[in-house]
Amino acid sequence: MSDSAAPIKFFEKKERVFPKRVWGKYRKLKWAVMIVTLAIYYLAPFLRWDRGPLAPDQAILIDMPARRAYFFFIEIWPQEVYYLTGILILAAVALFFVTSLFGRVWCGYACPQTVWTDLFVWVERIVQGDRAARMKLKKAPWSLGKLWKMALTHSLWLLIGLLTGGAWVFYFNDAPTLLDEILHLHIPTTTLGWILALTFSTYLMAGFAREQVCMYMCPYSRFQSAMFDKDTMIITYDEDRGEPRGKHKKGESWDGRGHCIDCTACVQVCPMGIDIRDGLQMECIACGLCVDACNNIMDKVDLPHGLIRYDTTHNQEERIAGREEKNINTHILRPRTFWYMAILSVVGAVMLYSLVNRAPLDLHVLHDRNPLFVTLSDGAVRNGYNVKILNKAYDDKYYRLKVEGLDGYTIRIQGAGDVTPDNLHVFADSVGHFRAFVTAPKQNTARKEIRFIIEEVGEQGAAEMQTDVYESHFASSNH
Amino acid sequence: MSDNQVEKDAVSGVETTGHEWDGIKELNNPAPRWWLGVLLISIIWSIGYWVVYPAWPTLSGDGERGGTKGSFGWTQYSQLKESQAEIVARKAAYLDRFNAASFDQIKTDEELYAFAVAGGASAFKDNCATCHGTGGTGSAGYPNLLDDDWLWGGDVNTIHETIRAGVRANHDETRFSEMPAFGEMLSGQEISHISDYVLSFSSGAAYDGEGKDLFEMQCASCHGEDGKGIRDFGAPNLADAIWFYGGTKGDIMSQIRQPQHGVMPAWEARLSESTIRQLAIYVHSLGGGEE
Repeated sequence: MSDSAAPIKFFEKKERVFPKRVWGKYRKLKWAVMIVTLAIYYLAPFLRWDRGPLAPDQAILIDMPARRAYFFFIEIWPQEVYYLTGILILAAVALFFVTSLFGRVWCGYACPQTVWTDLFVWVERIVQGDRAARMKLKKAPWSLGKLWKMALTHSLWLLIGLLTGGAWVFYFNDAPTLLDEILHLHIPTTTLGWILALTFSTYLMAGFAREQVCMYMCPYSRFQSAMFDKDTMIITYDEDRGEPRGKHKKGESWDGRGHCIDCTACVQVCPMGIDIRDGLQMECIACGLCVDACNNIMDKVDLPHGLIRYDTTHNQEERIAGREEKNINTHILRPRTFWYMAILSVVGAVMLYSLVNRAPLDLHVLHDRNPLFVTLSDGAVRNGYNVKILNKAYDDKYYRLKVEGLDGYTIRIQGAGDVTPDNLHVFADSVGHFRAFVTAPKQNTARKEIRFIIEEVGEQGAAEMQTDVYESHFASSNH
Repeated sequence: MSDNQVEKDAVSGVETTGHEWDGIKELNNPAPRWWLGVLLISIIWSIGYWVVYPAWPTLSGDGERGGTKGSFGWTQYSQLKESQAEIVARKAAYLDRFNAASFDQIKTDEELYAFAVAGGASAFKDNCATCHGTGGTGSAGYPNLLDDDWLWGGDVNTIHETIRAGVRANHDETRFSEMPAFGEMLSGQEISHISDYVLSFSSGAAYDGEGKDLFEMQCASCHGEDGKGIRDFGAPNLADAIWFYGGTKGDIMSQIRQPQHGVMPAWEARLSESTIRQLAIYVHSLGGGEE
């Protein structure tokens, strides 16, 4: 190493990416997906779903104070949070499945980070102009004009952030009521906290962090390659056709040279700031904007589309080997996709089955530990139990509590009023808590397995009555 | 290299501190800017703390605790007082109704009943659990409050009275009884006979001995001829499956010869009437409560 060598830089300063405006098939698709996803996000909380007079009528609602989550016909209690695990497994496997077929299209079109970044870049372009103007403005010294443009950009970003955070809280409250409260500035502190937190995280992530979230924060971009194989659709640059690249003047021959005219349009439009001609890279989110940019250029120089395109590595290899493209099997059904589909079907079926068969009644019995049992004057033994009856139906119910596996027992319910084991009243959509004393003759074992049975009590001949059982035990002195 | 020239690291171009360990030299890199910024902001922020919160001790104070008061007069003491006042206020909504209601009314009012059981459970653990156990099961010499065997009676009014005035306690209306020490009056043989007879009440075995006459002469006035006890005297039922001081023949003989007598304090002076009423309802709810 010579003495004049520049000192090693341990950290490279990040260059800001200024994506250029582009128009084409994939750009249109991106706008369409953005409009649909944002519309879902902003409007979904206002959808109504009738559940009767005793439950909220919001279609999608996470009701924290009441510990309930609603999704159209589904209602989930806190102890059923495993449904969430199921949804997450479904979402993950669906993502793997789509990735193995079409590459990172989730990243390129539907991921909130991409959608909001795209929206923020659009704002930036409307206010400050296209790529060249924005780069010039960044380098320009501070002036009134620059200050005004910057202030407007950031204000609009913050406004979008505010709407984003504002929409988020509607999923946790009755949306029309909360909207009314917000418009009258009667905002609960917690709600305000969430709105502000999401406003600033949106502002930060979509305004500043942008592609760095995908590169450094998101784990998915790091393990996406595990889902890729040579039949996965990825953004490809046709090196065989494009190289050797070089400038091209109108009327010049294309003989002996590649079709890439090195205009760098694909680089300028890339929101990740990469050169796709270097091959598939970790940064590539498969948004296809470079495809649009290159096709527009190919139109201008009268060459066919597809120098940059969605393609599989397999296809490319076949083409280079000189085989005809139409004969190439793209292998949509292959072991990898088959397994993803199989997992999706199995998990989906299990979820559907358990949701359809979700019991509207649940019984839990907790045996007393202090003391395990009480000996009575006549030598009989009494055990205490905390009985919880979960009535998940939307109307009040009465239940009968019985014990199976214990001879000569009596049940007494301890509590105010005249509650008997035959008329346990539980309100709609709530948990009834009862103290039950079970008395039986002294047993010859210290622990006898018994079953509590709960039966819905209703009019004679009414539709099927719900029942549930709970395994418990009856303790007794064994000497 | 002259003395006043600072050595520079050849690779990174950063000055070294001159410290060297096993050939590794420490570079004199400054702390990162953002880190320094956060430190400075924290220091400025802390000045705000001094102003807003009580922070600096002073030599003269208002006796208990001297120091700067903070701009809003906030202290942890006042915060504690506030939250305690909040609990009192929350309880007050029920307490007034609870105090005005009779035991019969409370028994039919779900809300008041739950309030009483919760309040009683808490007071029980503070005051009663030492002797009666956290589960209320007692132990030898300390009655089990869960079973259906009561020395002085198990309806809620009687339980209330027992808690209020205590047993053999320092209270004018306390419950009082004393079993004589028969060891001074009867021979060991006689006491053995009586014990056999007492055991026959609960075992159901036929008894044909001297114990029956002795029991009826010495014991029946308090425990009854059938041995079922008399609650007016706090005399235990000897015919059931529950033994206060133990159920072996040895235990029974020992109790006849030289009886033990437990003491329960009177709680009237220590707990409020309201708390005693909550305790009575709680104990009544444990399973053995009588109507």
